[in-house]
Amino acid sequence: MSAVILFLAVIAVIAGWWLSQQRLTAKPWLEAGPIDDFPGTDATTWPAAKVGLGVFLAVAGSLFALFISAYSMRMNMADWRTMPVPTVLWFNTGVLVLSSVALQWAYVATRRNDIDGVIVGLLAGGAAAITFLAGQLVAWQQLSAAGYFVASNPANAFFYMITAVHGLHLTGGLVALGRTTAKVWHRNAATDEMHLSIELCAIYWHFLLLVWLVLLGLLTGWTNDFVDICRQLLS
Amino acid sequence: MVDVPYDRIAGIPPAEAPDVELYHPKSWLTRYVFSQDAKVIAIQYSLTASAIGLVALVLSWLMRLQLGFPGTFSFIDANQYLQFITMHGMIMVIYLLTALFLGGFGNYLIPLMVGARDMVFPYVNMLSYWIYLLAVLVLASTFFVPGGPTGAGWTLYPPQAILSGTPGQDWGIVLMLSSLILFIIGFTMGGLNYVVTVLQARTRGMTLMRLPLTVWGIFTATVMALLAFPALFVGSVMMLLDRLLGTSFFMPSLVEMGQLSKYGGGSPLLFQHLFWFFGHPEVYIVALPAFGIVSDLISTHARKNIFGYRMMVWAIVAIGALSFVVWAHHMYVSGMYPYFGYFFATTTLIIAIPTALKVYNWVLTLWRGNIHLTPPMLFALGFIVTFVNGGLTGLFLGNVVVDVPLSDTMFVVAHFHMVMGVAPIMVVLGAIYHWYPKVTGRMLNDVLGKFHFWVTFLGAYLIFFPMHYLGLLGVPRRYFELGEAAFIPPSAHSLNEFITVVALTVGFAQMVFLFNLAWSLFEGAPSGGNPWRATTLEWQTPETPPGHGNWGKELPIVYRWAYDYSVPGAAEDFIPQNQPPTTGAVQGATP
Repeated sequence: MSAVILFLAVIAVIAGWWLSQQRLTAKPWLEAGPIDDFPGTDATTWPAAKVGLGVFLAVAGSLFALFISAYSMRMNMADWRTMPVPTVLWFNTGVLVLSSVALQWAYVATRRNDIDGVIVGLLAGGAAAITFLAGQLVAWQQLSAAGYFVASNPANAFFYMITAVHGLHLTGGLVALGRTTAKVWHRNAATDEMHLSIELCAIYWHFLLLVWLVLLGLLTGWTNDFVDICRQLLS
Repeated sequence: MVDVPYDRIAGIPPAEAPDVELYHPKSWLTRYVFSQDAKVIAIQYSLTASAIGLVALVLSWLMRLQLGFPGTFSFIDANQYLQFITMHGMIMVIYLLTALFLGGFGNYLIPLMVGARDMVFPYVNMLSYWIYLLAVLVLASTFFVPGGPTGAGWTLYPPQAILSGTPGQDWGIVLMLSSLILFIIGFTMGGLNYVVTVLQARTRGMTLMRLPLTVWGIFTATVMALLAFPALFVGSVMMLLDRLLGTSFFMPSLVEMGQLSKYGGGSPLLFQHLFWFFGHPEVYIVALPAFGIVSDLISTHARKNIFGYRMMVWAIVAIGALSFVVWAHHMYVSGMYPYFGYFFATTTLIIAIPTALKVYNWVLTLWRGNIHLTPPMLFALGFIVTFVNGGLTGLFLGNVVVDVPLSDTMFVVAHFHMVMGVAPIMVVLGAIYHWYPKVTGRMLNDVLGKFHFWVTFLGAYLIFFPMHYLGLLGVPRRYFELGEAAFIPPSAHSLNEFITVVALTVGFAQMVFLFNLAWSLFEGAPSGGNPWRATTLEWQTPETPPGHGNWGKELPIVYRWAYDYSVPGAAEDFIPQNQPPTTGAVQGATP
């Protein structure tokens, strides 16, 4: 469970930092008075949707950290047989990076009020993400064609399960991205609300890219040494 | 969000809030059924949770009938008994208590107490309820599928949970796991709302240190639930794959019905780690809202400011953080690496410190308070006593050497029913007596309330105190029949009969409460806006019950903390949070 404990420690540091800004040592019973005595302790001026996405990323991060924890515990059992990495995964990774870059580009274009750039960025990002998902399905097909079925080894089972969960998260993101793109396309202009939507899509995409890179390292076995070091430190 | 300009000379600005675009229902259907108003969603959550909770209550009667009078009731067989205990536990912990505290009280109280018009994502909030309802329906459907619900015990430990021989192996376990996955998805949607509303939608002047402890409790519990429920999600998905696709995440090689099963190499211990990584925070997910609510009940009904508000806040946060590093104290007998046990015993004892601190502060709040023995106060007092009792047996079970002989006995059953069954239910009941006037505009009947309290409180002790003794004798939990065992004296059987009779009595006494709820809705005395003369914002709404949008044209402005009761020199014995300070008067209570 060290992966998830590590993740929660990061969350705890962020939460602790935020709480430390909130005058938790105040003596509120002595402080009846006008409301502006304590600047910075009211609700923040960030949009609620952005904070909401932040909280959701913490939840999703916890989910993936738990999958990683389960993976690293299960891989120590005797029956674990590492499976080959389909080459198409490298292509998929590249496409996901492109997708993330395209959305970042769309976000930058909103700041310049470049509506064509926004639409191109959104469409390219969405297309690349769909390509990534298709590529993941190709990887599944290649593996099962080579005889690596889901139930034949825990390493295979984890591969299918974790890629499916990651893919479902991306699919959910595509729904939000599709709605945003449709709105921008329809109006041919970007309102403040759309700016925010595009920014949130970009943040979510970067998060999923980061998660994918970690998962790729895990599934290909690159991080095994790192995991071993962590385990030795803990035991 | 639009920042209202502040003019120091003109004083405090009116907090007109054009920044919140309220959703306005257009038809009966969108007003009362597919409503996006947190108050309606709260009532939907509460009614659904109570309905499925009543099912679980009936299941407990059936279990008690079997335990008290084994062999008498031909309609209960061993498989059904296992199904009853499984469904009773799962429903009570997750579908009743979690949903009621967070979905019910959270939805109703958070926006009102922080001075918001609604939750920040009303549509997602509505979805949260409907997915929860779907989860409940999927769970309830297991009573009607071939093979019935799963009988794996509420902890669903593999390998037995998905092997033949365990009741509900066909459909029951699959639907149970699916229902849990749905519940977690629905809860995450609601939880995002509760957290972000507290962070973003507090009204002007409502700093974190002016929040009522109820909000602190629900907020922290929600954060914990958002981070802990994924563990149950991961465990459920993996077990579902083991069951449906034949993977071996948790399933070791074993012989099933005389034949080598298709599974091999998996680790049942892995599931236990995942389950309890969720399961232990879950205890506090239920307890923290209860802690918060009980603080407010005690302060209001003792007309005294809460003792040690800061410590109470810090303790809530500390308990929330610590509860993530104690999970393996549920696994001392699981065969895990033994030295882990000592680490987790230590963290378990450490978490007793902030918890005990809260108990001291409640008692010190009562000290020389002007205690009104209203039903909410009675239930709050009942909670403190019960929680202390349950907490003390927790010290027994938290220590490895004491836990090992007591594992899987009735002592454990008695412990967790006291600490996270009876105690939180006391708070739920007290909270209903307390906030019912705000929800309906009418008071619950006081006499019936006091009768309900005494029967429930005394009855709970008559049920669960003897169970500790049974556990010390070595009577195991989850057994359909005890049979003839040398270490179980005849008196144990008499005690079981006694417990059953009391359990049925207490169960039926709850009907008095249900009657009170229904009768008072039409015949109760009108309560007015603030019958308990409380300080927090939900009692200061222009309408009772609060209208759509909670507040009138202007949001309330908060000038003080939530506990200005019996302030020396003040005209009344309470000062609402939104009452501006007057010059010259003594401000604030002495610490």
